[in-house]
Amino acid sequence: MKYRPPTGRKVINGVVSVSAALSALLGLLILFWIIWEVLYRGLTALNWDFFTHLPTPPGVPGGGLANAIVGTLVLTLAATVVAVPVGLLAGIYLAEFAEDSRLGDLSRFSANVLMGLPSIIVGVFAYSLVVLPMGNFCGYAGVVALAVIMLPVITRTTEDMLRLVPNTLREAALALGAPRWRVTLAVVFRAAKSGLLTGVLLAVARVSGETAPLLFTALNSPYWFHSLADPTPNLTVTIFHYAMSPYPDWQSKAWGASFLITFGVLWITIATRVMLRERKG
Amino acid sequence: MDTSSAALLAPPYCEQAAPPPKIRVLNLNFFYGRQQALFHNRLDIPARRVTAIIGPSGCGKSTHIRTYNRIFELYPDQRAEGQVLLDGVNILDPGFDLTELRRRVGMIFQKPTPFPMSIFDNVAYGLRTHYRLSRSEIADRVEAALKKAALWEEVKDFLKKPGTSLSGGQQQRLCIARSIVVEPEVLLMDEPCSAIDPVATAKIEELILELKEKYTIVIVTHNMQQAARISDQTAYFYQGRILKSGPTPEIFEEFSLLEEVPTPKRLAALLALTEETETPYAS
Repeated sequence: MKYRPPTGRKVINGVVSVSAALSALLGLLILFWIIWEVLYRGLTALNWDFFTHLPTPPGVPGGGLANAIVGTLVLTLAATVVAVPVGLLAGIYLAEFAEDSRLGDLSRFSANVLMGLPSIIVGVFAYSLVVLPMGNFCGYAGVVALAVIMLPVITRTTEDMLRLVPNTLREAALALGAPRWRVTLAVVFRAAKSGLLTGVLLAVARVSGETAPLLFTALNSPYWFHSLADPTPNLTVTIFHYAMSPYPDWQSKAWGASFLITFGVLWITIATRVMLRERKG
Repeated sequence: MDTSSAALLAPPYCEQAAPPPKIRVLNLNFFYGRQQALFHNRLDIPARRVTAIIGPSGCGKSTHIRTYNRIFELYPDQRAEGQVLLDGVNILDPGFDLTELRRRVGMIFQKPTPFPMSIFDNVAYGLRTHYRLSRSEIADRVEAALKKAALWEEVKDFLKKPGTSLSGGQQQRLCIARSIVVEPEVLLMDEPCSAIDPVATAKIEELILELKEKYTIVIVTHNMQQAARISDQTAYFYQGRILKSGPTPEIFEEFSLLEEVPTPKRLAALLALTEETETPYAS
């Protein structure tokens, strides 16, 4: 046997380690750069008026995005209210009742496809489903679009979290004579509680930054939110408009809105992480 | 326990002989998908006695007792054929009410399985499933069950704490309390001591001997000494068949189970004998 000198392997090992570390560093660098820019420029744009006043026309100083903040909250909340029950029930079906059924496989596959669907297509879908028949852009269409995006996320996390619950727990509860639905609700759900909440929060984080599906549906509005039947003001489309505008005041407001959304999502993500850690501990 | 005190505990109508069977298994076959796991099992479980199910790993002990409460039905590919008569009624009949069956036949599992709720709610869970009771009545019965399971003294000040915060042995006694609170008639125990330490095991064995005054107990165990200590009847399983069942001392004598592990050769010979004498019951 001929001895093979280790130098080649050592060099390759070194090159791979260094390039992997550099790539990781690059990713982190970009992330912190974005966060820093948003933090720096966003914070300077925020003031009391930002949270309490309507936007002003270009050139008029002052004003705020209170209507868009309220609108985004309403849209996200309404989409959550629509998507959570359906998603939870679908997840329960997939995990507890449809292990090997055709319908189960089909639903799981559709959920996976739906998760990878570009959100602008969901927007067009909601447009043709709600906006065209109703004849105007409206908040309902935005809610539908956001709910469609949330649905597969909630369904799949629910299924995964329920599957993590050991079967011995189900057996123990069934052996006491509890019917299947009670076992699911009182025992399995409770065991997976924090995981389920994580899924919902991740879905909320996912849609709260969506712009494309709202462009076709809720559109935007410079007035106070008063009904989902009308175009609904929201932060993301506002960012889209304001950031492209030539007015420094509007651009600054776009930074402020970016700050709110970025740190809102960041906060939700950290909260879910903490919850997951508690679940493990 | 000597035989005279055992006779005292037995119901009056059976001073000499064993009481009539609480459970009678006739020609039970069991399938995991296409694979058959139990073959023509025939067994009588006497009332208010401890019946030990013994045999090497994978011989169908757990599979056998998992038919008594039909818990196997959680898995769609598992199937049982034949008859399991509980007080003379076939519980494998699809028309038999599962909720009622599982109230009458409780089960303790190998690994303690406390529910993700408080100690109190763990015990109250089954109670609330089967009975409509006032708050104070529930509290009384939970206390009584925890006392019967010899756990009350250890947990009475922490009833609000999660069941998972208890030690393994305590969790298993919690599971026993949870099962007996609904006043079952039969208790199935699937290797209840294999996941807990010797001291806790001794406590549970003591508990089993107390519980048999009121309940019919079927226990699957790998531990021969344990089977000899606590059981009145023993059924010896091998490769899905029951080689022999009868009073524990006789079975242990015949197979000298406390001295040696039977050789595969001897087991194979016994198995051949069982298959030969097998006359499947018409069901």
